[in-house]
Amino acid sequence: MSILVNKNTRLLVQGVTGNEGLFHTQQMLAYSTKVVAGTSPGKGGEWVLEGKVPVFDSVHAAVEATGANASVIFVPARFAPDAMFESADAGIPLIVCITEGIPVQDMMRVREYLDQKKVRLVGPNCPGLLTPGEAKVGIIPGDIAIPGDVGVVSRSGTLTYEVLYALMQQKMGASTCVGIGGDPINGTNFIDCLGMFEDDPHTERVVMIGEIGGTDEEKAAQFIAKIMTKPVAAFIAGQTAPPGKRMGHAGAIIEGGAGTAADKVKALEDAGVHVAKHPEEIPSLLK
Amino acid sequence: MKLHEYQSKQIFSKYGIPIPKGRVAATATAARQIAEELGGRVVVKSQVLVGGRGKAGGIRLAKTPKEAEEVATQILAMEIKGLPVRKVLVDEAANIDHEIYLGITNDRAARRPVMMSSSAGGVEIEEVARTTPEKIIKVHIDPLLGLRDFQARDIALGIDLPREHWKLFGSIASALWKAYMENDATLAEINPLVITKEKQLVALDGKMLVDDSALFRHPDLAEMRDVDEEAAAEIEARKYGLSYIKLDGQIGCMVNGAGLAMTTMDIVKLFGGEPANFLDIGGGAGAEKVAAALRIILSDANVKAILFNIFGGITRCDEVAKGILAALAEVKPKIPMVVRLVGTNAEQGRQLLADAKMITAETLADAAKKAVAAAAGS
Repeated sequence: MSILVNKNTRLLVQGVTGNEGLFHTQQMLAYSTKVVAGTSPGKGGEWVLEGKVPVFDSVHAAVEATGANASVIFVPARFAPDAMFESADAGIPLIVCITEGIPVQDMMRVREYLDQKKVRLVGPNCPGLLTPGEAKVGIIPGDIAIPGDVGVVSRSGTLTYEVLYALMQQKMGASTCVGIGGDPINGTNFIDCLGMFEDDPHTERVVMIGEIGGTDEEKAAQFIAKIMTKPVAAFIAGQTAPPGKRMGHAGAIIEGGAGTAADKVKALEDAGVHVAKHPEEIPSLLK
Repeated sequence: MKLHEYQSKQIFSKYGIPIPKGRVAATATAARQIAEELGGRVVVKSQVLVGGRGKAGGIRLAKTPKEAEEVATQILAMEIKGLPVRKVLVDEAANIDHEIYLGITNDRAARRPVMMSSSAGGVEIEEVARTTPEKIIKVHIDPLLGLRDFQARDIALGIDLPREHWKLFGSIASALWKAYMENDATLAEINPLVITKEKQLVALDGKMLVDDSALFRHPDLAEMRDVDEEAAAEIEARKYGLSYIKLDGQIGCMVNGAGLAMTTMDIVKLFGGEPANFLDIGGGAGAEKVAAALRIILSDANVKAILFNIFGGITRCDEVAKGILAALAEVKPKIPMVVRLVGTNAEQGRQLLADAKMITAETLADAAKKAVAAAAGS
């Protein structure tokens, strides 16, 4: 069992003919994900990957022909907002946006529109989702995680891989891993995922990986204290990050003294969460 | 990206916000000429990309062109918070009756822009925000609807603005919103917006921050970037699509992924070292990018050891290894290097580096410990 994606997910890839889109579509197919369609305006009617995936000009056409119920976006930042509007408009209930570098005002408009349409967005600037053994939606390498009962939610990419890998070394597997992305305005947040993991009968424990910037980790801590019955372990990146500097991710910045790692660690510890000193310590905190 | 005061005010002016007459000067003589043209009293204002210019003595009043020249000479010789002053703005002085604060920024938690205003504007606005936050009126703006006229009126009411100024205030608020939105700003601020003794509203100071991710659609703004105010290594890094921030430690770090790069710094510190930098080579980095990254790390003379931490996903470890070898052949560093490669093509990567006399590590913790020990021993 899992959250958000599983073996029944019918996936559409927006930007399927681009370098990134094509490469990762191949990887997702190799993981047995049901990739039912791709879009690339102007290339409708073609097929990619030896006839495995049909290409459509629009999301509407792709949904009508294939019944796609989730979309993953690989188009460049300047076209990604339109891709999200298009999917939402075509009635896709789950959009996963991998693209990095989308202007923040665009994201505010996208989020407002998607909320009105009750569409769930994961990302942007995220590695996507992995339900080990069932489906891979995005770019998380499939061979660094095994099926299991640990729910993983993270703002980061490679740091998440590091944690999945450390879990696998200890023979611990994941129910679903959700990369929610490192942008200041995103879709699904920690609380959404924690709630879903709490309700998922096959998730027994949760790992949460946060970083400096914003107050989402502090809000998650309140949620954990009030609602969660399942144990949560956490790691917060950016203990040594200087204030006022953007640490790679658009959202990873300590502004006006707010959003420091120390604040987040304290809030989580006060909520009964075991906070790891470094990522390889996480498996031992879940035992 | 930060814009200078004079750049921000020029943009505001394009949208119809009244600003004082004035121009920028790079020399004291030019400052004098501008003061002569303006006639009367002027304000000479240092143009550096930090706050607190006034308190540092970087903003001075001059009654005559001669005084403007003297004041400009002094200001142009100043350093404010470590930044040398290269330009001054010479503005006509206003007869200030009252100072208002008006600004727009992104409210991350609300996922909307927020317009803020206070009748207690001026240099103490941060103090006001801390001690009497109720004196700051906040109105969230629907990103699909934009600022509505009633919201501007609500703000005017909220700050007890006399009715005679409502109309002008409303047009300034809506112009500021347009400037903010159309330029992809993350902050657009007028502080102070003054009511003059002549009953006019004028934006005496302006500040804008622009979203770096949106510069592709604002070539005009991208050209305003003041590279004089940035560290050379950070400019070089941007050229190669690298994200680099210099810190004060001895252990250089090269990592793929921002979260992992921060974590690598943290773990260096956890095991008793100090990171020399944040450096994310990004996803799918090839040999050329890795070589540039290594040169940038080595341009910092404090670096006593380098830690490479690569978790291959899209990035292939063999590609990174080739980049490291190419860079080593070129720059020949004499300091110890610790390398940890995990994930896609890690084995091929390790083989490539077998003859490079690098210290290898299996786990992140092990890599950090070895780097700390190596830096201490060299």
